[in-house]
Amino acid sequence: MNTLKKVIAGVLAGVTMISLAACGGSSSSDGAASSQQGQTVEQIKKAGTIRIATFGDLPPYGYVKNDGTRAGYDVALGNQVAKDLGVKVDWVQVNADGRVDALKSDKVDLVLANFTVTDERKQVVDFASPYMKVSIGVVSPDKAKITSADQLKGKTLAVTKGTTAETFFTQNYPDVNLQKFDSKTQQFQAFKDGRADALADDNTYLYAWAKDNKGYTVGIKTLGEESTISPAVKKGNKSLLDWTNKEIKTLTEQGFFEKAYQSELAPSFTSDIKPEDVIIK
Amino acid sequence: MVLSAIDSATTVLAADSGWTILFTGDNLTRLLGGLWTSVSVAGLALVFGIPLGVVLGALRIMHNPVLRAVLRLYLEFFRIIPTLVILFLFYYILPREMGVQVDGETIAVVAFGLWVAAEISDVVRGALISVPEHQVDAGKALGMNGLQLLWYVRLPQSVNLMVPATINLAARVIMTTSLLLLISVIDVVTVGQQIMEANRMAHPDSAFWVYGFVFLLYFIVCWPLAMIARALEKRAKERNNG
Repeated sequence: MNTLKKVIAGVLAGVTMISLAACGGSSSSDGAASSQQGQTVEQIKKAGTIRIATFGDLPPYGYVKNDGTRAGYDVALGNQVAKDLGVKVDWVQVNADGRVDALKSDKVDLVLANFTVTDERKQVVDFASPYMKVSIGVVSPDKAKITSADQLKGKTLAVTKGTTAETFFTQNYPDVNLQKFDSKTQQFQAFKDGRADALADDNTYLYAWAKDNKGYTVGIKTLGEESTISPAVKKGNKSLLDWTNKEIKTLTEQGFFEKAYQSELAPSFTSDIKPEDVIIK
Repeated sequence: MVLSAIDSATTVLAADSGWTILFTGDNLTRLLGGLWTSVSVAGLALVFGIPLGVVLGALRIMHNPVLRAVLRLYLEFFRIIPTLVILFLFYYILPREMGVQVDGETIAVVAFGLWVAAEISDVVRGALISVPEHQVDAGKALGMNGLQLLWYVRLPQSVNLMVPATINLAARVIMTTSLLLLISVIDVVTVGQQIMEANRMAHPDSAFWVYGFVFLLYFIVCWPLAMIARALEKRAKERNNG
């Protein structure tokens, strides 16, 4: 994927140079940072549809049911947003790496695709208030349950390369023997085969995994810094950003996220997970 | 041997196995709908791209150096840059720079069409210059002009050289439509992935069946192309050999 990004970056540099040469000074006029970007709430209402980017392959957050309709926690929020705006949703399915560009190029008005807030992303899109939280969790067998990170000293922990879990344990717990894998499938398989005492990854994935695999519990639910998942709008779309912030606040007060948790997420998680482990109150 | 094969086949085809997923809900219609997207994008790209490519290919045998250089540049642009990057460029970057919004399927047809035209132009150029020079001279002796030489002398004698490469390209275009999720167009492979992920828990083995079915669909589309190519080549050969 990195090589692809390099190729794209190279091509873009070339295209930018050509377009700069071709357009001369004309491109400087749209540089004013304070101006409204993207569609305003009024324009969306007038158009009658809001275009929302979402995943189509990540149950229980965003997926497509066998009858062809979209479902999941992100989708439930999108449907509610459209209802409150009085418009229809035009779902645009994206990959993880298409989310920023879909906003930048005005392909969508809103991104609801398990979009974790990071400093790098804040530079290029505007995040509204969060509607979900995620952090590192540790799953272990019921027979030898691990409930605190100190218990892991001298034990083997399975992680996937490049994840926040790997970075966290390398920096904070050098006494833990990390066993690093290339893919999630591999790390889970190795862990099930007994090649590691525990496994660390995003807690939201682990809750669902523990549900499918009897005899395992997410003993440590949160470790290290907590990240949040937020709706995102085009950088500078103040109109929609303000509206979305207000909407999230109202929905939180009305208990919408708790209901959405119960209907969309709870069936996929183990029964010991409580709404407050995932949603924001 | 045969019996045990049948035995394992019945186990695989048991009612709770992953193949049932293909017929659950609207999945079959959705897969066929995805296939239609792939086929119509590829089909339109070929319908627009091939004639354009033939014209460009014919222009490339002319002696104007500027024209040749420009067309060569066009060809190399589409041949060197990966299709993935071209789609990204046409869908995300160009509208941003130019302030126009075009839907993903149109973008796909345009980007694939220009790619087809570039590849075809080289196929046509190669085939046209392979026609022996004395044939062209004979045409000139009859007083034909440039266009007549192309239409009555060069094209009929080189068209059978163009067919295999063109059919190859058509099959490649159909298969490259699997990249279309990048620009949010839902093709048959994406529908397959949606189905696999939605049924991950109930049917962990659905990947085998869904991908197997998608393979079958691609085969059904591409096999006739191979048959057409064979028939066309045969006809051209018979005609040329008198």
